[in-house]
Amino acid sequence: MTETLDTPEKRRSALRTMVLIREFENHVRDRFADNEIPGFVHLSQGQEAVAVGVCTALSRDDYITSTHRAHGHSLAKGLEPDRLLAELYGKAEGHCGGRGGSMHVADLDEGMLGAQPIVGASVPLGTGAGITAQLSDADWMATAFCGDGSVAAGQVHEAINLAATWQLPVVFVVENNQYSEGMVFDEQHNVEDVAEMASAYGIPGEIVDGQDVTAVNETMRAARERALDGDGPTLIEAKTYRYRGHFEGDEQPYRSQEEVEDWRENRDPIDNYRERLAAAGELTDEEFEAIRTEVKAVMADAVEFARNADEPAPEAAYDDVFVEEAPEIDAFRERMAADGDNGGVGL
Amino acid sequence: MSAETADRETETLSMREAIRAALREELLADDDVFIMGQDEEDGGSFEVTAGLHDEFGFDRVRNTPISEAAQIGSGVGAAATGLRPVVNLSFADFIGVCFDQVMNQAGKTRYMFGGASEVPLTIRAIEGAGLNAAAQHSGTVHTLVAHLPGVKAVAPGTPAAAMGLMKSAVRSNDPVVFFENKTIYERHGDVPTGDDFTVPLGEASIEQAGEDVTVVATQRLLGESIAAARDVDASVEVIDPRSLYPLDTDTLADSLRKTGRLVVADESPLSYGLHAEIVTRVVENAFWSIDAPVQRVGVPDTPIPFAPSQEDEVVPDADDVRRAIQRTV
Repeated sequence: MTETLDTPEKRRSALRTMVLIREFENHVRDRFADNEIPGFVHLSQGQEAVAVGVCTALSRDDYITSTHRAHGHSLAKGLEPDRLLAELYGKAEGHCGGRGGSMHVADLDEGMLGAQPIVGASVPLGTGAGITAQLSDADWMATAFCGDGSVAAGQVHEAINLAATWQLPVVFVVENNQYSEGMVFDEQHNVEDVAEMASAYGIPGEIVDGQDVTAVNETMRAARERALDGDGPTLIEAKTYRYRGHFEGDEQPYRSQEEVEDWRENRDPIDNYRERLAAAGELTDEEFEAIRTEVKAVMADAVEFARNADEPAPEAAYDDVFVEEAPEIDAFRERMAADGDNGGVGL
Repeated sequence: MSAETADRETETLSMREAIRAALREELLADDDVFIMGQDEEDGGSFEVTAGLHDEFGFDRVRNTPISEAAQIGSGVGAAATGLRPVVNLSFADFIGVCFDQVMNQAGKTRYMFGGASEVPLTIRAIEGAGLNAAAQHSGTVHTLVAHLPGVKAVAPGTPAAAMGLMKSAVRSNDPVVFFENKTIYERHGDVPTGDDFTVPLGEASIEQAGEDVTVVATQRLLGESIAAARDVDASVEVIDPRSLYPLDTDTLADSLRKTGRLVVADESPLSYGLHAEIVTRVVENAFWSIDAPVQRVGVPDTPIPFAPSQEDEVVPDADDVRRAIQRTV
């Protein structure tokens, strides 16, 4: 069920999920640096309150679509850290059997319709889920996460316009972390705020402090209610900040370390929420440490799980190209079974 | 006459009527099927879906903004969450506007998510030269699409194939791009009635049996090839592959083993095209049966020009097929 963060337990749970995302990505950062995790990874540290604020406002049946920076969204939507990490390790027990990796995670049972690392592609996908919800008169809706860089992409405009025109039950959450790859916001857009663009589609545009999980949750709950009432989409711009580079290994010549430190010191979503709960008498230092200890144990188990998980069988590379298999794919698979590693040779 | 129509009750339909009838049947049979496209409520380009909006209403047959990327991209999203969208891309040349959604979303979603989703999406794309519509409304892109992993592609040349493949495309749990040639919507032919006639993806049809030369011909050039076969002093077997991916290699290779001679006639640019794939499949499987250099008939690597005199020059017809056949015998 969707949650208002209206009890101390729910608030501590939201804090825990943010801590889990932070710890999960600490492990990803370190294991990627060790060459234990292959490929490309993009971390969302600093943006945890957006993922958690949005996903606590959703039901399990609601779909989200995500971007290349999908770990936080995935964990907040309910994906298990051990299987998610196994996916990043390219293991068979991962959510996608190791075929997707960090950039292509999906779990439809949890309403995670898919991470789309082609910038902007998450938005039409979310609009499409909204079509299904509307035509089937469903009691769920769709939320498309995208970044500030994506709103310069044509398919994002097309998809928001379509959703607005058809009054689909979709919420577009633009995480404005102020950098598109290595380019600053002003280089990319001629508006002060992405939310201004909502007026071009005749839908509400909301600006929310993306470092404040409560504010994000409340804004998202109102937008979701609007969507389910048949009043159409909302565009939410969450002002946030990423602590790491665009990708792990990014030397970040486009910003100063002082700027990053300033956000970490003064606007960290976890520290601020922890202090707020402490001030309200809902969280002692011991209770926070207990959360951290529990999360660290979960992550230690997840790392063990991912490390020890099985490599996917090479022949599984031929699975899932189609639901109804093509004889071409069958023939390649059969020849591999007969001759060993023959991938790449014509039939 | 293809195998499907040989021993069955049939009616005569045009390509346009056959596609419309197939879509209507699928709309009636499955509430998850819906159609969207530009001007779709008025029948779309070339009035293929005329009347369906009146019969089924806005929820099932609807207009979209001129937003090909959103049409295909949201079609993937709707398909992955349980519907069976039929998206009319209208002119196939417009695939350039939404190639990401075809290549990276429709084609890769199931695979990269480890089979987590199915994408039962049908995309209609209207191809072909001959109406003086110039370069951006006359091209063919089926070789581009057939090349994409995870996407199936069909291009029927007869009303029976159009009817049977459209129903199979809509029912398929994979993304299928259904190519229609705009110049043959009034091509008439026998279509089986009753018994829920379908044509499986990946089955070619021997439209005319012969002994001396195999002509593999698609879409408009199927008719041109049958006409050309009448004007040559040879027994010509004409095969409509119908489905481009999957491709029925066995039927093509078997024919070549019989004839030893091969012409491939397809209205795509000649370089790096469907011709090359068909020839390669046949060579890989029936090399020792080849008695003469294979011949390709297609568009000589130009965009389609506007001026009728120039369009006639580059767009292949029965004369080109006839000359190609004669070069093999």
